[in-house]
Amino acid sequence: MSVLQINKNNFESLKNESRTVLIDFYADWCGPCRMVSPIVDEIAAERSDLLVCKVNVDNEPELAAQFGVFSIPTLAVMKDGRVVEQVSGARPKAQILELVD
Amino acid sequence: MNGARIYDTVIIGGGPAGYTAALYAARSGLDTLVVEKMSVGGQMALTGDIDNYPGFDEGIDGFTLGMKMQSSAHRFGAETEYAEVVSVELDGETKRIVTASGEILAKTVIIATGADPRRLGFAGETELTGRGVHYCAHCDGRFYKGKTVAVVGGGNSAVSDALYLTRLAEKVILIHRRDTLKATKIYHDPLMRAENVEFMWNSTVEGVEIGENGRVSGIRVRHTDSKETETVAADALFVSIGREPNTGLFEDKLELYHGYIVADESTKTSARGVFAAGDVRTKALRQVITAAADGAVAATAAEEYLAGME
Repeated sequence: MSVLQINKNNFESLKNESRTVLIDFYADWCGPCRMVSPIVDEIAAERSDLLVCKVNVDNEPELAAQFGVFSIPTLAVMKDGRVVEQVSGARPKAQILELVD
Repeated sequence: MNGARIYDTVIIGGGPAGYTAALYAARSGLDTLVVEKMSVGGQMALTGDIDNYPGFDEGIDGFTLGMKMQSSAHRFGAETEYAEVVSVELDGETKRIVTASGEILAKTVIIATGADPRRLGFAGETELTGRGVHYCAHCDGRFYKGKTVAVVGGGNSAVSDALYLTRLAEKVILIHRRDTLKATKIYHDPLMRAENVEFMWNSTVEGVEIGENGRVSGIRVRHTDSKETETVAADALFVSIGREPNTGLFEDKLELYHGYIVADESTKTSARGVFAAGDVRTKALRQVITAAADGAVAATAAEEYLAGME
């Protein structure tokens, strides 16, 4: 599965998503975000049971504010339209998978 | 263990020390593996532009430099495995490195695990990380445009963080336990000229106040002269009080000094065939270039050790 780039127009569709949703809030200039980004891509490629998304906080400040993102990278997990996990800071793949499983 | 691959050298950590060691080792023909828990670059990937690594006359961002160092090493055949090391056995001729996904064997080990930001240690610090307590001004500073933020620390990174934040925040409060800054002139002078910075000298952070939104709303500061505690209104606290070496794996296995692996300029540790490179080693100056230099020395020392084994 490829990674879905989220903006305020397609965000609503996530609320009706039956799969677990992993969202990576990032910015292009942020070093730790660039560390996490390829890991998130890898998870997207390996796990068809997940919907993996990214939100560019520079382009989507409203979405970042809606999720209370004050630190990037932030990883959020949504199940049945609700946020069940939200953590900030870069972390290894195994720890990211723990969030979704 | 018949037939199991035994690497000539396994390097733990994929920052500048690790990948320079990998470059030198692989280029010398050693069977070389880098084990990295997360991503290339180490601490330098967490900073903004790096202006003091020569050869990049317009500066380079730390993540890109990390990627370049990795490809320099891969070019000569070094490999990278992304896995977190959970334990090590460093005695004997064959060293064992146990990761979450298996066991790796090596004739030599180069430890380049670097350091992480030191935490203040107040109650709730971990829970509030990313919600008002921050360790990366360059990452999170711009979420506090027009707000009041505090920086705790007095060294180069604290002053550089404070200076960066003065351009974004309405007001920056620098809290420092001494009455002068330790930072060098290049950082010190511009901060002194900034108009929206306030200094709180001889002061330490005891904790933070949490507002109704569950985020930081103030900082409890203790003035060490008067022994009085005051709460200062602020939306965020950026912690910049130095580094802590990542040596938890090596306690009881290698000689440590204040957490750092004891090794002189030869990078040799107290265990035979085990070398320490970069910020994790006892040394005077911890910079990207000195980490890289250590990597070169460690790989050469590993090569000499291997030659002696044969």
